[in-house]
Amino acid sequence: MTYTNPPTVPRKSATFDDYTLSEIRRAASTGIYDIRGAGAKRRLPHFDDLLFLGASMSRYPLEGYRERCGTDVVLGSRFASKPLELKIPITIAGMSFGSLSANAKDALGRGASAAGTSTTTGDGGMSREERSQSKMLVYQYLPSRYGMNPEDLLKADAIEIVVGQGAKPGGGGMLLGQKITDRVAEMRTLPKGIDQRSACRHPDWTGPDDLEIKIMELREITDWQKPIFVKVGGSRPYYDVALAVKSGADVVVIDGMQGGTAATQEVFIENVGIPTLACIRPAVQALQELGLHRKVQLIISGGIRNGADVAKALALGADAVSIGTAALVALGDNDPAREDEYRALGSTAGAYDDWHEGRDPAGITTQDPELMGRLDPELAGRRLANYLKVMTLEAQTIARACGKNHVHNLEPEDLCALTVEAAAMARVPLAGTSWIPGNGGF
Amino acid sequence: MPVVDLATAELRTLNQALHHQAPGSNETAWEVLNPHGAHAVAVGLNAPVTVTIKGSVGYYCGGMNREAQVVVDGSAGPGVAENMMSGQVRVKGDASQYAGATGHGGLLVVEGNASSRCGISMKGIDIVVRGNVGHMSAFMAQAGNLVVCGDAGDALGDSIYEARLFVRGSVKSLGADCIEKEMRPEHLKLLGELLGKAGFDGIDPTSFKRFGSARKLYNFSVDNADSYG
Ligand SMILES: Cc1cc2nc3c(=O)[nH]c(=O)nc-3n(C[C@H](O)[C@H](O)[C@H](O)COP(=O)(O)O)c2cc1C
Repeated sequence: MTYTNPPTVPRKSATFDDYTLSEIRRAASTGIYDIRGAGAKRRLPHFDDLLFLGASMSRYPLEGYRERCGTDVVLGSRFASKPLELKIPITIAGMSFGSLSANAKDALGRGASAAGTSTTTGDGGMSREERSQSKMLVYQYLPSRYGMNPEDLLKADAIEIVVGQGAKPGGGGMLLGQKITDRVAEMRTLPKGIDQRSACRHPDWTGPDDLEIKIMELREITDWQKPIFVKVGGSRPYYDVALAVKSGADVVVIDGMQGGTAATQEVFIENVGIPTLACIRPAVQALQELGLHRKVQLIISGGIRNGADVAKALALGADAVSIGTAALVALGDNDPAREDEYRALGSTAGAYDDWHEGRDPAGITTQDPELMGRLDPELAGRRLANYLKVMTLEAQTIARACGKNHVHNLEPEDLCALTVEAAAMARVPLAGTSWIPGNGGF
Repeated sequence: MPVVDLATAELRTLNQALHHQAPGSNETAWEVLNPHGAHAVAVGLNAPVTVTIKGSVGYYCGGMNREAQVVVDGSAGPGVAENMMSGQVRVKGDASQYAGATGHGGLLVVEGNASSRCGISMKGIDIVVRGNVGHMSAFMAQAGNLVVCGDAGDALGDSIYEARLFVRGSVKSLGADCIEKEMRPEHLKLLGELLGKAGFDGIDPTSFKRFGSARKLYNFSVDNADSYG
């Protein structure tokens, strides 16, 4: 009998995995970094790593459907004479007209209004579709100031000063030429078809002392009526929140690194910023130390997908959450029904993120009239409203199980963590223990 | 003529009174006394009134102006006439950083010098400076005209889009993608009009040089990566 040496199974490297290798080849062939949409795709400690304890011997639950569980939230009661009154603690995050089609903005406005919540403009000005459909519209004040004008400022229901985004804290915007149509170019005062870079720093202020004066100016222009939000990417949440509050913000928005973007360098998305889960407790701590928790509202975003995520964010101390990617999926983004078309674009449903190329088969992240025409704003708006309703019902289900008659009564004591990392970041005990890593010095 | 003394009156009262003038009101000339460097004086104005401020102001004077004429009889802090849409803001003294930042329209006149980043991200405003401007002026300037009768600092017009820059004195250095361009008759005509509107008729337009975008960085290209510094 002859003996052949048994072959080893070909082994791929965990370090040099297929994706990494393909990226090296892509870089070698093109000489330019990869730009894409969406948020961080790597696995990160997240809300999935937390569980609610529910009611037990020492806590009694509320009856589902019968006993009331409130979901309303007021944003901007600190200084604004006309705060935003939302029916649900879920808002639609700022996504620019330009990155999104007019029909997508229209649909977001319809869905949010039906659900009793707000939408937010983005880096490209206020589109008439969104203003007309959104009952409550937050107007972003960005470094680029594209389309910024006092008329729209006065038409807005709140103002959001964008310091940063979770996908790219410290990065400016990008909109590539394919999406700079006549209308987008005109709204941004730019030549058609150029690859547009928007600034990463505000042109007329730097640092919290200046920001305080900037906020005062915006309040003077709008007669102290409108709530002023300050949005920052998740990076140093404790200090950022304290400084935003010191600068006079009514509401602070923190967007963790899973937060979506329309177009950013992949290296930026995956390597700068901290996870959403790690942002909340330090932010809340800053507010509590200033005696302003629940007085200056905290909005959390970045990877919020369902009512459980909402309930967990609120239990950790947020007043509301904001969604971008999930709202786009509700409208029809990345739907497997269009798998053939995603394949033709070299992707697959669920992974398609070349939103900057403007060829979105779902008609959402495009300016192409034919593709955009595929999105029926009324139908898509209804889908978004349904989704928001489900998220709210889910959050209420959990809150009632924890015995809370308002989702804001959820608290960290209702939670435990599945992993040591999540326990440390969320500052809740590891399940089945009383151990909160970092508490008490170990 | 309404006179508001900021030594005793609240800024908020002044701005709100200016915003909510009855249409057709004949109180079109306002005077503000004792600004003492206050921020956000005469911001968000929306009607053809004239507001003369007797003294120096802090940040953002005349911010987001529409239609009004704002005169600062003194110097102005950072961001004077930021995001102006129309009308005119005139600073009789010097202006600090970011004068006319992101302005969409109207005319900003600085009779003294302006500091760094004058006309940053300008989007259609006309800015005429009698003296010098500091570094990074007209950074990412998108549209409009910046006229500098004196000298310009470092990196003028860095990453400029379609704005036009006219400088009479020296330019310390040009920023990325900003180049000197030919002064054609239509530019001389435009420059003459701007100088006239600013009240500097005595200055000869032919003594200026024109600068604008080389348009080489409008589309991403690996070969341009070094230009971004
Ligand atoms: C297509 C798209 C466009 C965006 N545009 C902006 C923008 O213009 N300004 C901004 O502050 N954030 C922008 N964002 C970020 C969102 O406001 C939000 O922070 C993020 O989407 C939240 O994370 P999520 O997508 O996981 O829900 C954009 C996000 C997406 C997906």
